[in-house]
Formats: sequence, structure tokens, C-alpha cells
Amino acid sequence: MFKNRLFFIFLLLLPIVGRAELTVEVVGGAAQQIPIAIVPFAAPNANSVIQQDNITNVIGADLRMSGLFRVLETRGVATQPHTISEVKYSDWTAIQAQALTIGTVEALPGNRLKVSFRLLDVLKQNQLLAMEFNITQSQQRATAHRIADMIYEKLTGEKGVFATRITYVNKENGRYSLQVADADGFNAQTVVSSKEPLISPSWSPDGTKLAYVSFEKKKPIIFVQSLVSGQRIVLANFKGNNSAPAWSPDGTKLAIVLTYSANSQIYVINADGTGLQQVSFSNGIDTEPEWSPDGSSIYFTSNRGGGPQIYRMPATGGDAKRITFEGSYNVSPHVSTDGKLLTFIKQTPAGFKVAVQDLATGQVQTLSDTTQDESPSFAPNGRMILYATSVGGKGSLAAVSVDGRVKQRLKDSGGDVREPSWGSAMN
Amino acid sequence: MKKSLLMSVLLAATLAACSNNAVKDKPAAPVVDSNASQSQSNNASNANDGASTAGANQDGAAGNPLKDPNNILSKRSIYFDFDKDQVKAEYRPLVEAHAKYLVANPNAKVVLQGNADNRGSREYNLSLGQRRSVAVKKAVNVLGAQDKQIETVSYGEEKAGDCKDEACYQKDRRVDIVYDND
Repeated sequence: MFKNRLFFIFLLLLPIVGRAELTVEVVGGAAQQIPIAIVPFAAPNANSVIQQDNITNVIGADLRMSGLFRVLETRGVATQPHTISEVKYSDWTAIQAQALTIGTVEALPGNRLKVSFRLLDVLKQNQLLAMEFNITQSQQRATAHRIADMIYEKLTGEKGVFATRITYVNKENGRYSLQVADADGFNAQTVVSSKEPLISPSWSPDGTKLAYVSFEKKKPIIFVQSLVSGQRIVLANFKGNNSAPAWSPDGTKLAIVLTYSANSQIYVINADGTGLQQVSFSNGIDTEPEWSPDGSSIYFTSNRGGGPQIYRMPATGGDAKRITFEGSYNVSPHVSTDGKLLTFIKQTPAGFKVAVQDLATGQVQTLSDTTQDESPSFAPNGRMILYATSVGGKGSLAAVSVDGRVKQRLKDSGGDVREPSWGSAMN
Repeated sequence: MKKSLLMSVLLAATLAACSNNAVKDKPAAPVVDSNASQSQSNNASNANDGASTAGANQDGAAGNPLKDPNNILSKRSIYFDFDKDQVKAEYRPLVEAHAKYLVANPNAKVVLQGNADNRGSREYNLSLGQRRSVAVKKAVNVLGAQDKQIETVSYGEEKAGDCKDEACYQKDRRVDIVYDND
């Protein structure tokens, strides 16, 4: 206990520091992009409120980044409506907009803002959405992400993921830091930093904690850290390696990998570090456990049949069924939240690539155009897959849509970025 | 002295196992022909050299066989094929030399650090590095080194270089033998 506390003080209770941020670049897009016009929201007290975090710009960037929208230029349009009575639909059909977003931002007493927005169907000339937010100045980006999510869901029928967060490890100047950032790469904050490697961050289902592996004691140990208080506990520090934590969907347990008996095997442990139980028993490597969304099964990587392949077993242990058959090296399974798709890294003649397998049909598709891919994870809505790759000899993050059409590069000005994982909604 | 003898027997057994002489009477027993005897005595005397040198080393570093570039003990890395953890035949002499040193120096301790190249999965590579270090440990154990002398650790691909070709990858697929007092 005392030991943990010391750690905490010397190594880890670093202040949460903002750092160089990721910027997203989109390559490609859906075959049918929805043309949307977003009129800059009116800001009666412009100098006091809207600076570079302009709400309208964030909404536009989010929708553009998804690859499903074409955000139209609105500056040349004669009318610039902010309220529904100001809308002249013919101006918007003229630029072939199908949807129009208008809104206002007003300063309220106490340094607060009132943001209201409407989403209009230009062809049917009716209102699809209307919402008002009373927020603090610092909630502008988050509010813009929420609005973008609402627009996205209304027009595509899928949940948006703009108001979610990602985590990743940044290696810079010989130091590793575990970062949490908004899904668009902004607001990056350091959760923990160390001069020894940090790998395998895993989000708790409620998004309030991260489990991760740290080599700070010269061997891999699993920690669980609260993102609210910054406090952390040692989840597993057994003889040998402790690695690959994965939360159960109900957040009460984690699947982990230990090497007690020399070979990596999968165990399940309660989130407080009690109740350790071995669930895989093989003579090969069993690692990278990943729960099915219903919590009944664990997908994992094993080389029990020779090369590494992905298997599935009951979460309580038992017979494992092989899931991947194409190719001789398939690793790092991650299941979509609807349980229908499996993403993983597949070795192909062209390199290590993000692949997706339909779990019902077994059909496999290789998605990425990069060649040194690692650590794929689905966005909460299952549409995009975030992964690590190498561009120009530098670790960087990328995302690809499950149909392979939309590709994003997340650019970081600073270090070597790796080990991403897409989390749930912002708190 | 007793230990040296035991070690000689062990070495003889190992070497015999490696030789391709037919075993006639007792298949399980070591078979020693004249060549093997020769090797055995050479190895035994080397082992004694190692032991005494290590003793001398307490006074000065000059004769440390672990640091002597002409001594095989100065070679500390064992390399592996992609996604493999078998110790290749070409590393037998290296493994045997270190095993011999550990047997002759019961207080010596090593950490076997397993590594992988930077391709594929970090977690799988962590496990693979572990298996590689354990493979070397088993090889050294068989030759008489004690469990308490050997620790295994894996860095997976975390210490790997920024490689793009096989010539570079193969340097990262290795187990490093690191002595306590290195």
C-alpha cells in the first residue's frame, strides 16, 4: 500500500498537461456524401465568445472527417440565416444542399453561453432537429461535438462518435506518455508518463478508468487508473509478465495475460485485483483477450496451432474455437459493439494490415493501405476502426471505415504515436 | 572439485548426445569416443579456466572472460527466426559456454531478455519474447545451470529498432544474456 503510494507521488501524479495535438486528415469518402450547409452561428458578442474554437467550424470538421458528408461553402450565399424565419430555401437548393444547419450563440450572465441550433431538410423544407444548450465557455468544443453527433445520427441513422474520446501512447524524447484526447485529437491530456514503455491501454466501459501495462519496474505490470481522480492501483503484479488487460462489458472484471508458468496464458481478475482465475490452458502463447459485447466469450490470439490465429472461448474457460483461417499470422482481435464484426491485424504479402471479418459468414476484407499496422479498435458506433501504423518511419494513428472507403490520418507534430484505443462517450 | 567433476560428466553427456556415434550397449548412457574425450577434456579445462578467471576477476577486471572479446562468453545475443522461439543449432556453442560458466560460478546470475522485431502485435511480441527467453533458459538449465541463477524477462518489441527490412528485423529477434554484474 505504502509502496503504491510512493509510486504515485514520484512517478505519476504528474499534473494533467496539455500537449501537441493530433490533427485529422481525411482521404477518400463514402460513395454518396450528404451535402450539408452550415451557416456560421450568429454571435452577438463575438469578441467575448467565439475564437478559434468556433462551434460551427468544429461541427463542420467533425462531419467532414466522417467521410459521409460534403460540407458546402456558405460564404457566397446571399442569405445567412440564423433563425428559421430568415431561411430562404431556394438559396440552399441553388448550391445543392440537402441539409442546412443554422444557429445562434448568445452570451449569458455569469460568463455562460446559450447555443441553439436547427437542422433543416432543404428539399422538404422542414425542420429535422432543434436544440438549445446552456454552457460554459470551455464547453464549446464538447457542445459542437454533441451537435455534430445529433446531425450525424439524424441524417445517417447511426450514432455519432464525435463526442467520444481516444487514448494512445506518445513516445517523445525517450519518454512514454499515455494520452487521452477527444476523438478529433484535441484536448490531449497526459494520464501517466514514464521513461519505460507503456502499452495496451484499455478503457473501462463507463470511460472513467484506464487499465494499462507499464514497464516502469523493468517488467510489465498492469495498473488501473481513474481518469477522474488520477489515482491508480496495481491490478496485477505477479511473477513474470502481466499484460494485455481487457475490461469485461459490465466493468466488474478484466481479462489479463500472465506468464507464471513461462507461457502467456489468459486469466480473469476482478477489477479490484482479487479473484484471479486462469481461463486458458494451452502449450502455446495465449494473449490479447477481448470480451464479446455480451460478456459470454473471450476472443484471443493464440499460436497453439503453429502461427498466431484468433480463437474464441467461453469467458469462464473451456473449449476454444478457431475464428481466423486466412493467412498464417492474424493477431490483435477487437469486436464491434454489435458483436457482428471482428477487426484484427493480418499479415499479407504487402505487410501487416487492418482486416475485418464478418463473424457470421467468415468473410475477410483487408482495409488499410498502410503496411505496419497494429492495435485496431472499433469506434463505439462500429463504423470506423482506429489503429496504429508507421508513416515515414514514425508511429502515427490512422482510421479506416469498415467498408474501406474513408481513411483518416491523425497527425501529431511531436512524437511517435502508438497503441490507440477508442473509448466511449465523453463524460 | 566435486562440482567440476559433475560438470564434466554433464558436458560429456551433452557432447555425446551431439555426436553421431552409434550407441551400442546402453542407449541412454553417454557414448564417449576418443574425439569426444578430447573435447570433453578441453571443455572441462576451459570450464576450470572460466572458474578460476572469475575468481581472479574479483581482484581485477582484466581477465574477465565475460568481457574478453576473444572469449565466446563475450557474445551475448541469440537470434531467432520470425515468429519462432527455437534456439537454432548455430547458437549451441554460445548457450553451452554460458551454461558452463553458470555451473562453474554458482553465484553468477543472468537475466535472459527476450525481444521481437517490431512487426505484428506488441502483446503477441511480448509473449514471443518471453517464450524465446524461456527457450534459452531451458537450454541452459539442461546443461546444469540452476533456476535461481536465471531470470527471464521480455521486452517484446519495445526495444526494437525502427526497421524496414529483414537485415534490420533479424537483429531485433533475439535473447540477450545479461549478467548481474555487467
